[in-house]
Amino acid sequence: MELRINQQTYQVEADADTPLLWVIRDDLGLTGTKYGCGLAQCGACSVLVDGNVVRACVTPVAGVVGREVTTIEAIEHDAVGKRVVAAWVEHQVAQCGYCQSGQVMAATALLKHTPKPSTAQIDAAMVNLCRCGTYNAIHAAVQELAEGGKA
Amino acid sequence: MSTPIDTPEDLLKLPAGETVNLSRRRFLVGTTVGALVLGFGLPVGAPRVQAASTTERGTQVPAFLELRPDGSVRLLSPFMEGGQGVNTAMAQIVGEELDLDPARFLVESAPAGEAYVVMENGLRITGGSMSVRMSYPTMRRLGALARAMLLQAGAQRLGVPVSELTTEPGKVVHAASGRSLGYGELAETAMDLPVPDPASVTLRDPSQFRWIGKPVQRLDAYDKSTGKAIYSIDIKVDGMLHAAVQHAPRLGMSVGGLRNEEQVKAMKGVHSVHQLPGAVAVVAERWFNAKRAVEALQVDWKEAAADSQVRPMPADFSTDGWRDHLAAQTGPSRDEENQGDVAGALASAKTTVEATYHNQYLNHAQLEPPSATARFNPDGSLEVWLPNQAQDMFRDDIAKRTGLDPARITLHSPLLGGFFGRHFLYDSANPYPQAIALAKAVGRPVKLIWSREEEFLRDAMRPMAVVKFRAGLDEKGLPVAIEAVSATEGPTEALAGKQGDKVDPTALEGLSGKAYAIANKRTAQIYVKGPAMLGYWRSVGNSLNDFFYESFLDELADKGGHDPYELRLQLLQGNPRLTTLLQAVGELSGGWKRGPFTAEDGSKRARGVAMASPFGSEAAVIAEVSLEGGQVRVHDIWQAIDPGSIVNPAIIEAQVNSAVSLGLSQVLLEESVWLNGMPRARNYDLYPVLPPSRMARVHVRIVESGAKMGGIGEPPLPAVAPAVANAVAQLTGQRVRSMPLSRHTFS
Repeated sequence: MELRINQQTYQVEADADTPLLWVIRDDLGLTGTKYGCGLAQCGACSVLVDGNVVRACVTPVAGVVGREVTTIEAIEHDAVGKRVVAAWVEHQVAQCGYCQSGQVMAATALLKHTPKPSTAQIDAAMVNLCRCGTYNAIHAAVQELAEGGKA
Repeated sequence: MSTPIDTPEDLLKLPAGETVNLSRRRFLVGTTVGALVLGFGLPVGAPRVQAASTTERGTQVPAFLELRPDGSVRLLSPFMEGGQGVNTAMAQIVGEELDLDPARFLVESAPAGEAYVVMENGLRITGGSMSVRMSYPTMRRLGALARAMLLQAGAQRLGVPVSELTTEPGKVVHAASGRSLGYGELAETAMDLPVPDPASVTLRDPSQFRWIGKPVQRLDAYDKSTGKAIYSIDIKVDGMLHAAVQHAPRLGMSVGGLRNEEQVKAMKGVHSVHQLPGAVAVVAERWFNAKRAVEALQVDWKEAAADSQVRPMPADFSTDGWRDHLAAQTGPSRDEENQGDVAGALASAKTTVEATYHNQYLNHAQLEPPSATARFNPDGSLEVWLPNQAQDMFRDDIAKRTGLDPARITLHSPLLGGFFGRHFLYDSANPYPQAIALAKAVGRPVKLIWSREEEFLRDAMRPMAVVKFRAGLDEKGLPVAIEAVSATEGPTEALAGKQGDKVDPTALEGLSGKAYAIANKRTAQIYVKGPAMLGYWRSVGNSLNDFFYESFLDELADKGGHDPYELRLQLLQGNPRLTTLLQAVGELSGGWKRGPFTAEDGSKRARGVAMASPFGSEAAVIAEVSLEGGQVRVHDIWQAIDPGSIVNPAIIEAQVNSAVSLGLSQVLLEESVWLNGMPRARNYDLYPVLPPSRMARVHVRIVESGAKMGGIGEPPLPAVAPAVANAVAQLTGQRVRSMPLSRHTFS
């Protein structure tokens, strides 16, 4: 099947029900998108599909044919994504970093749809798990972006 | 083969390359070696260099530093970066003395080997919050030695006496002539020079520090925000196959037979099906195919044999049953400490208080599932990529399992996607033995990933304890005696085996050795060996024991009619360090107030206080809580922490946030429940970890008392749970004697 990922076209051979995550990681070699649970519980595998955040570990690859997939590797090609990354560095968000690809994708999706989210909207959108407890730093980074801050 | 180890000196005397047999290792107690390391023994490096004495440790400059032509430096760090910021700390410490901005460092984990054994206790592990505090002078000196070599090289190149040279960040400068040479230009000459006498270099005066003690930016912040950071699970080597396993439902069981092997072999992408000790595996071209196929395998599992090499898990084991079993134990107990006359003081006390506490099993639940990639090279050497917190021990364990000379094994240690104690040598809880066996079997490199479900099935549990307290109060309501008897098995004795009468310090840390002035005290353990695989979880024994002790101390305050904050201050009279710390957290919170009080939003709230002395540091916490729909909400955590002296305040603040989140997770909602010999939760759906919605605001004050440098990764955790529990008790009038709070009903 033909996939559009990070503005490139790929021909992949995979069963229709293979999760998008494993096509991205194993077939395309894009390992920035992480496997954490396989059950859409943790959000480490978050990617954008047509600008919406999607958990790739439970998304059948056939479901994204004809759609535009964005992974963390291309996030800085997106103007909003670039600001999010800058804010993540500015706020020194990452600790182990394993969940942060997904967190950056979730923040990017939020801000693309809602450039100035309220605190409640941030809380509703930023639900990915982080075992290192970077939640406060994530919130501060998104809050600053929402306020159009220096990042 | 296996050498009996009785003392730390024995550990240090082990010849390089000696294999320490974990299962037979003698148990160590009452020693000065940090408790966490006791289960692991000495990293036994390749005999490339002689074992370093204290003065020689960390002096092989070329083994650590690669000075690049562009003036940047690649530092091979003895430690593992897993989020705690140690790579940045190492760059700050070495850079300060080398005279190079930490931002110019690329830090990677060094391979196994004696050259990298830099800790003052003669070990090399990433654990026990020891990395920085145990290597600080050595790593500073390493930077200073490298700087001396660059100066010497500069003198040769410029043809001037070395005494006329100085350095500025990244370059050697001859002020008299205005000439200078960048470190990169001098690298080759410098690294060919002999390393100077370690005693010949002087370290910078701390008042002149540019980077140590400053909130230097993490070196990995950008890579970790853009998916560029590489973890073990991301490793790809040419020609590799992917593997997935299905473990026996209970540890100790073995494969009796496969009912549908032929069908599974015919599944898409399947390369081969394998039987392993306690597991079956499928090797495939893609991991998802391997996972799907191995989960389709119908296996007849046999009960554990009598001579099982692992702890057999019985079919009737449950966590609630185990808690009841621990609670029913009456002895014999063995004393860890016994001061004064506890029995006499209790008999003559005005009031006595008794209470029983317990805690829960926990998973590590680090976000990166364990994996291992194994490759046998044409010359018979073996390379393994795997998450670990102790390179030498893993390399030696691989040598033992494969029969290969350790010199023929290369261990690669990519970044850790969280660890919290997960990546030590836990016999049945690591995927690398399986990956190596599969690579051997298929004659190609194999990457094995444990699915989250397999990880939660085989993870080593944070131990459980039931602690019975007795205390006596005098006529003023002040404690005169306290006794804590813990029925438990500590992680070290679970891993290394119980050693005679000795008490496992990792079982009782946080109960014993308290700073409070209580004249008569006794801390003892009733050793109860269990069937569950136990491991080290962030802050180890302190993670449970400080919850017990500090909660019970609040009970004593209430019974004696004292405010718990004031009582602590009173019991710490004459201890300026802890008095200052407790006052600092009080101040940070805007002044101690216990409540209950009504907050601006109309909610009824209360605060609790607790302290802890873990891993060489001191911590004091105040928590503010309310109830929302019967559920505890923690609004704020104020924490004052005194690690003696510091390297990076920004990273410390991040680590406090991190430890607070795990502390909240364990007290609010997290537990591993076992039924019928199996964990009920195999994924985050039934094993909750703290979600963002339940994180508290965190306020940090760092107190530098100037005491010996302590740890930072673990120390901010233990006081969180009791501070929350004490606040909840004050708010609800209900004492909280067990974790997690989700098991309690509040109204």
